[in-house]
Amino acid sequence: MKLNVLLFGVTKEIIGESPQQIEIQGETVKDLRDHLLNNYSKLSGLNSLMIAVNNEYAENDLQLKESDEIALIPPVSGG
Amino acid sequence: MIRITEDTLDINAITNEVIDPACGGIDVFVGTVRNQTKGKEVTHLFFETYESMAISEMNKIASLIKEKWPVQKISIHHRVGRVEIGEVVVVIAVSSPHRKEAFEACQFAIDTLKNTVPIWKKEFLKDGEVWVSAYP
Repeated sequence: MKLNVLLFGVTKEIIGESPQQIEIQGETVKDLRDHLLNNYSKLSGLNSLMIAVNNEYAENDLQLKESDEIALIPPVSGG
Repeated sequence: MIRITEDTLDINAITNEVIDPACGGIDVFVGTVRNQTKGKEVTHLFFETYESMAISEMNKIASLIKEKWPVQKISIHHRVGRVEIGEVVVVIAVSSPHRKEAFEACQFAIDTLKNTVPIWKKEFLKDGEVWVSAYP
């Protein structure tokens, strides 16, 4: 399935401009995570990589839809 | 009030937002830009946000606080974009009937914000730039 993924912070430097259209095999958050880690090895060096779906932190087993708003959340550092 | 802005933060105005006749204690946390990090000179900072989710997460913090403490009002304001040394990045103001709860709730708010709210800080140093906390 084809997903539009918003990128922020260091993930833009690793992957490219935001949003990115990313095609994955499978349909869960874990499938997207696996695809990203396989294709962008620098992501595995980050302290953490969360995935947000429709403005909520998502668990690995969440089913994705092409219409979802998906974002990569590298380690946050506000405040 | 929960707000993300590129504008200068007014500490007095934000403190006034939480003044309430039922509250005798107001605790205000102010985070500013430091001129050095780990022995390196910082020239300025840049903050990026995923605004819709950041506002949602900040609202969750306010809701959690009102569940845990008898807090009357809470304001969380965060700067984004370029911020200079000495400028204010974040202001959190909490009012409650007594000071103890205001202190606790305010500390919880800033600690939780730093863990969950999608805002990213890039430090500009004399000899480079780095996204804070990205790598071990």
